[in-house]
Amino acid sequence: MKTHSMILLTVTRVVVFVIMIFAVQLFLMGHSRPGGGFVGGLAVAAAVVLLYLAADVKTVQLGIPLDFKVLALTGVLIAVATGMGSLIFGQPFLSHAFGHFALPLFGSTELTTVVIFDTGVGLAVLGTALTIIDTISEDISEDICRWKR
Amino acid sequence: MMNNIVILPLLIPLVAGLLMGIARGNIPLQRWLSVLSCLFAGAASLLLVKQVFEQGIQTLAMGGWPAPFGIVLVADMLSSLLLVTTSIVSLACLLFAFRTIGSEREQYYFYPLVQFLITGVNGSFLTGDLFNLYVCFEVMLVASYVLLTLGGTRSQLTEGIKYMVINVFASSLFLIAIGYLYAVVGTLNMAHLSIRIAEIGQTGFTTWVAVLLIMVFGLKAALFLHFWLPGSYSAPPAAIAAIFAALLTKVGIYAILRLFSLVFYHQLGITHGLLAVMAALTMIVGGIGAVAYWDIRKVLAYNVIIGVGFVVFGFSLFTPAALTGAIYYLIHDMLMKALLFLLGGCVIWITGSGKIREISGLISNHPLLGWLFFVTVLALTGIPPLSGFAGKYIIIRASLAGGTDQPGGYFLAAIGLLCSLMIMYSLLRIFLHSFWGENTLSLDMEKGSIRGLLSPCLLLMAVGVFYGVGAELVYPYIEQAAVSMLDPDLYIRAVLPEVI
Repeated sequence: MKTHSMILLTVTRVVVFVIMIFAVQLFLMGHSRPGGGFVGGLAVAAAVVLLYLAADVKTVQLGIPLDFKVLALTGVLIAVATGMGSLIFGQPFLSHAFGHFALPLFGSTELTTVVIFDTGVGLAVLGTALTIIDTISEDISEDICRWKR
Repeated sequence: MMNNIVILPLLIPLVAGLLMGIARGNIPLQRWLSVLSCLFAGAASLLLVKQVFEQGIQTLAMGGWPAPFGIVLVADMLSSLLLVTTSIVSLACLLFAFRTIGSEREQYYFYPLVQFLITGVNGSFLTGDLFNLYVCFEVMLVASYVLLTLGGTRSQLTEGIKYMVINVFASSLFLIAIGYLYAVVGTLNMAHLSIRIAEIGQTGFTTWVAVLLIMVFGLKAALFLHFWLPGSYSAPPAAIAAIFAALLTKVGIYAILRLFSLVFYHQLGITHGLLAVMAALTMIVGGIGAVAYWDIRKVLAYNVIIGVGFVVFGFSLFTPAALTGAIYYLIHDMLMKALLFLLGGCVIWITGSGKIREISGLISNHPLLGWLFFVTVLALTGIPPLSGFAGKYIIIRASLAGGTDQPGGYFLAAIGLLCSLMIMYSLLRIFLHSFWGENTLSLDMEKGSIRGLLSPCLLLMAVGVFYGVGAELVYPYIEQAAVSMLDPDLYIRAVLPEVI
């Protein structure tokens, strides 16, 4: 895609941060209100897709040097590992623990292992969504050509 | 009663698959992880068999949320035995794949995909919830879509499209049936479903949903609705085809066994009668197909269909003896079909062709392969003391037990025996044409070396022979599985202790 729009690029520079912050907000709300890792991850993916549109895929990938497939797999691994923690404590798989801690600045805060699980979900969704976008956006890649014998 | 071991056969392949996907470039590590994952999952499943045998059905409510509100995993004897078999079969297929699958497929996530497929299969065996059965089916199917098309040859893509369309269609029917069922009884936990359907009686509408589910699993298990199977099972390489043949259709059969023994057992005349008719037709059509083709891949694929028909035939009689036979035969079929596909894969690997008429005299250079194939044929046909015999004997006996009151039993028994002959004819034809006769292929003209390929086959053969000769040792376990299938209260009491 060659049509670089100056207006889009300028707006994107600001809007991407708004979307990212909103994504974090969604992610943190998820414990008791609508939101959570799934939508949080999707919102971050939306921000990255906006970057793809404003700049182009190659530039963005230079800025985010991550293999999104690995990101997705790591996310699922984190989520599963959180569940496996309960095996060590002799609880049923996927049991979660929470507690109230007095943190400086925040005061009494509820911390729970669900957040770690949700982080995993978020990364998995982010990685999957971006892998799909990447796969659609690339031309017939060298990978596929190599298969043809 | 909570038991975390129940989750392990599901968790181990999942974690192994994820780690392999992250370590994409490191093929030796992936191979080690594959083997270890199968071994550990197998060990956990064996432990489950022991626990279930001694203490009864084991359950695990995820996150401590009790059934029917939370997600529950249930390991009864049937599930545990199938889990053990899955581990053995997948280990053998993976060992075979190490040498045959090729570095391109290895680079493109072959090993992680196999692990995800096993995750789905094991999950389907373990879940105690109808919706999660659907989810685990999908996990397994998505992995199988990729495995089927991995490599992108023309036949793989053609068959891949058909396979996907059929399965997506069947899955949507599955979802619709689940929706209907939820609308009528308001639960999807299988034990809870069983209670509620027993309470309201299996009326016209629920029976209709049951028939819809028969259609769904008929498509998935290739029970009569098998038209997609011969093509899609003959397209991928031998290791993948063997995994498919041994595991995928069997999960469909397991779903039929589970649902129509635990939930829909009130209108035997309709549901089990339909299953019996479909099983008979499956055996006939599968037998004709196996005899008709001159391509090794097609003959083997039709043999899978006959096996499906035979297990469901045993199940549809719904007596303790017949169920014992059906479960025994199901496990035998998983082991032997994997072995048969691997041996067929060896033949194709050596000659580069699947045409029976073009191959001749293999036995002079490959005596071990030849005799392994011959013994497998005998086992599948049901020659004592090999493993096919006991299952067939029990099922046929049970179908004749009804006497002249149930003439259908005689028809089914006749069809079953005729099919055994067709299995023997179709496979011995491969043996006679390809292994006997004049040797046309000298060692240096062969397309590939089978060095190391026979060890997984020998492993499966050893397990199969033990299973046949040691039937007496295995029998108590199989019998317990059959007894608990016929007594839904055992399952319900394990899952929902406070309801009864």
